[in-house]
Amino acid sequence: MTPMLQTAGLGKHFTLHLRGGLTIPVLQDVDFHVAAGECVALVGPSGAGKTTLLRSLYGNYRADQGSIQVRHHGSMVELARAAPRLVVDVRAHSMGYVSQFLRVVPRVPALDIVAEAARGLSPEEARDRAAALLLRLNIPRRLHALPPATFSGGEQQRINLARGFIGRHPILLLDEPTASLDAGNRDIVVSMIDEAKAAGIAIVGIFHDVSTRDRVADRTYSVAPLQDAA
Amino acid sequence: MTDDTLLSARGLNLRFGAIPALVDVAVDLWPGEVLAIVGESGSGKTTLLNVLSGRLRPDDGVVWYRDPSGRLHDVHAMPAPKLRALHRSDWGFVQQDPRSALRMGVSAGGNVGERLMAQGLRHYGSIREQAIDWLRQVEIDAARVDDMPRTFSGGMLQRLQIARTLVTHPRLVFMDEPTGGLDVSVQARLLDLIRSLVARLNIAAVLVTHDLAVARLLAHRIVVMQRGVVVEAGLTDQVLDDPQHAYTQLLVSSVLQA
Ligand SMILES: Nc1ncnc2c1ncn2[C@@H]1O[C@H](COP(=O)(O)OP(=O)(O)OP(=O)(O)O)[C@@H](O)[C@H]1O
Ligand SMILES: Nc1ncnc2c1ncn2[C@@H]1O[C@H](COP(=O)(O)OP(=O)(O)OP(=O)(O)O)[C@@H](O)[C@H]1O
Ligand SMILES: [Mg+2]
Ligand SMILES: [Mg+2]
Repeated sequence: MTPMLQTAGLGKHFTLHLRGGLTIPVLQDVDFHVAAGECVALVGPSGAGKTTLLRSLYGNYRADQGSIQVRHHGSMVELARAAPRLVVDVRAHSMGYVSQFLRVVPRVPALDIVAEAARGLSPEEARDRAAALLLRLNIPRRLHALPPATFSGGEQQRINLARGFIGRHPILLLDEPTASLDAGNRDIVVSMIDEAKAAGIAIVGIFHDVSTRDRVADRTYSVAPLQDAA
Repeated sequence: MTDDTLLSARGLNLRFGAIPALVDVAVDLWPGEVLAIVGESGSGKTTLLNVLSGRLRPDDGVVWYRDPSGRLHDVHAMPAPKLRALHRSDWGFVQQDPRSALRMGVSAGGNVGERLMAQGLRHYGSIREQAIDWLRQVEIDAARVDDMPRTFSGGMLQRLQIARTLVTHPRLVFMDEPTGGLDVSVQARLLDLIRSLVARLNIAAVLVTHDLAVARLLAHRIVVMQRGVVVEAGLTDQVLDDPQHAYTQLLVSSVLQA
């Protein structure tokens, strides 16, 4: 199996300067990997550092120690403490991310938010695929032209999912993608994840809903809480 | 991904009497990239923008610009006419107050067309056509082409300034608080416009703002300034979500949501 993402000795802590320099160690010696077509679920108690790990993999949080290797344009590149430009390029071509909450852009319609995240398509194709994805996720056509600021939590999450899946990045990171969805929409997301895996996409996800996790994950990776050093 | 920078500054220092406005500042900008300069009032953002664009001379340091043919130019060693030509062609500058950039006694269309004429374009019909096209792109009704700017609202004036700046297809645009002083709803519209134009035309931009949400929306990278010093720089969302420096943590924690 082709390795897509691999960490070695990954470490991450937060220093809270506004609280007298309090140090919160979160990740230590994380050796994690995911291969093409595989889905790995991060598990562990609340506050253990699952989201921190996922965000570190995406370069949203800065990894303090260790390495994060990502397959990018056919070879493995080092992402930990990489130049911002490389991270931007990796995100554009190799790695997608679905956050738990949609960060809305003022005035931009749902359809455009999704279409803008497409890769390698003409603007028309991108809009067609965006519309198809939104419809599949039960976002009715009348909402496509509206900015999602006023959408419900579940609707916003489905916009977020459509945006994450449209790019068909070879690596996809999912933070609680089904948290605010009803059973019907959850089934749709499960089938989208299955299709992505079948297409060779490597997936790392956090799924609080155990039945969803069991349906999509090939294996789990435990994130254990560390003791506070401070 | 090209490795050649479009703009590159090293060792910039500038004092205003006792005030250190720039302290050993280094900046790099690559083609098509948007860089935000953030920091509190008086931290040196406008000073840095003016030094990068050659409008203000540093006490020390150098700013390099790479022209389309790949040649490097020391911005502060360029003869004044050459620098002015650069500002008319490859570069654009969007000021916070559009009234100081626009010619208030010239029609909207004239303001846009003037930049084209300064580039040597002479065909009146084509200039007018392009001016109207740009008014449309910044969402100003083409019927207003012969109206004077003083009949425009603040948000419209700012959009007119953007049309005037972008009509010559600059590769690099400097912007100083382009949405400052506007209503929140007008700001959102303007930001959306800047965002889509910069992406579609693949323009590189240096954007000064004190608004972290604006930086997050528009910029790939961010530079945080405090009393003339760049205290933190990096990927926009990483700096805002996982700030390392005490001052950045303070800045991020002082806003509701960015
Ligand atoms: N940006 C941040 N700044 C400071 N501390 C943070 C930051 N992000 C996370 N933390 C801290 O890191 C620890 C791990 O948080 P994280 O969100 O990764 O947990 P989690 O495993 O995803 O929990 P949950 O299941 O509740 O979502 C917590 O103590 C949290 O307070
Ligand atoms: N021409 C000048 N003469 C004297 N002092 C100046 C001059 N220009 C700027 N300063 C000082 O240099 C410092 C930096 O000013 P600058 O305009 O760059 O700040 P800024 O970060 O853009 O602030 P703001 O957000 O308020 O626009 C300030 O203390 C300012 O008073
Ligand atoms: Mg979490
Ligand atoms: Mg200023």
